[in-house]
Amino acid sequence: MIEWRDEGIVLSARPHGEDAAVVQLLTRARGRHAGLARGAQSKRQRGTFQPGNRVDAAWRARLPDHLGNLTCEPLTSPAARLFDHPARLDALSAAMGIAEHALPERTAHPAAFEGTGALLDALDGDHWAESLVHWELLLLREVGFGLDLTQCAGGGPNDQLAYVSPRTGRAVSLSKGEPYRDKLLSLPGFLAGYGGGGAHEVALGLKLTGYFLRRHVFHPEDRDLPAARLRVAERFERDAGADAGATLDPAPGTG
Amino acid sequence: MAVNEIDKLIQLLGRVPGLGPRSARRAVLYLMKRRDQLMLPLAQAMQAAAEKIRACSECGNLDAQDPCAVCRDPERDRQSICVVEDVGDLWALERTSAFKGRYHVLGGTLSALDGRGPEQLNLDRLVRRVREQGVGEVILALSATVDGQTTAHYIAEKLTAHGVTVTRLAHGVPVGGELDYLDDGTLTAALNARK
Repeated sequence: MIEWRDEGIVLSARPHGEDAAVVQLLTRARGRHAGLARGAQSKRQRGTFQPGNRVDAAWRARLPDHLGNLTCEPLTSPAARLFDHPARLDALSAAMGIAEHALPERTAHPAAFEGTGALLDALDGDHWAESLVHWELLLLREVGFGLDLTQCAGGGPNDQLAYVSPRTGRAVSLSKGEPYRDKLLSLPGFLAGYGGGGAHEVALGLKLTGYFLRRHVFHPEDRDLPAARLRVAERFERDAGADAGATLDPAPGTG
Repeated sequence: MAVNEIDKLIQLLGRVPGLGPRSARRAVLYLMKRRDQLMLPLAQAMQAAAEKIRACSECGNLDAQDPCAVCRDPERDRQSICVVEDVGDLWALERTSAFKGRYHVLGGTLSALDGRGPEQLNLDRLVRRVREQGVGEVILALSATVDGQTTAHYIAEKLTAHGVTVTRLAHGVPVGGELDYLDDGTLTAALNARK
């Protein structure tokens, strides 16, 4: 028997048969890993397998390439804290859906695990949307499509980075990018190291990461971004210009 | 020939939730031994149910008549609609006798995983009922899951423009529940919804 025990974050649980589910976890040491969780649809265990939950997972199989049996003990449940906050709940669903599609199975991505844990903690805070954009950049980096937002691809001044090339994923300065502004993606200030975020900048950030996630992760599979991710972007586009924290979704416990 | 029919019956019964091949075999043997008292009445009842029971065109409930008994009941409060995921949830609420309004069965929740979007749910009819029937309150009785609550928020947003009060079921400590045994998510929800 092959077995391991690790901390994991529940990405999804697909019903299998009457009471089991095929659960996708993002684990610390083994990356995205699936397993059959018996009784996962039962009243007692259903809550354990909500997306975003942290669990203590144990996996057993006869051969390494088997699906294997998974048993999980719940550790924390961030989703329950976000039930009253539609935008944050969508952000949670979006992140779990993106991680499930973007990360390869059974390949360790400790940075993605830590980053996802940090995002789940940040969903309670005021700057949760900026954290989501940062997390999507981290995920793109982890799967080999990282953006270079530190210097101008055209040799312009690095202290005025304002655009991103959709072709190379590299930043472009204001002066070098101005003639091509219609073809470039906007770089929000908070990603370039200046600017305080807010709905407008978050909308730009989500557009930027959404473009590269579509191009590198979802379109090759003939899919679009998860519906929850589209809803998050729509909200920020709708409310761009207003303060995200104040207008969209007050932090849990303050509203 | 007879064996084939028994096998077919076992195979079909084995597909019913809660029954596997072994329990289906036991059920078939039990039915065969009580042919007149149970098997034939059961077959007739199933035949009648299959012919007569339809989804209510108003709310989506299952009934032999359309509109269903709940929608036709003049004693029911026509001002409030309770939105549930499935007919099983409607039956659960009816067992409590705590709700005297009418229902609306969505037929599931939004789920990216199962590829279920708003167009797969019975949502347009809900909006139409709210708009045309002067509904004052819509109670969202959906699961305390990520998908259930996402759906609740989606519906609440969709109904905002129609000037209807939208409420949701409270989440928290079940009757007879001890705090020590509750998961942290339930406790957090209970604390947030304290009164």
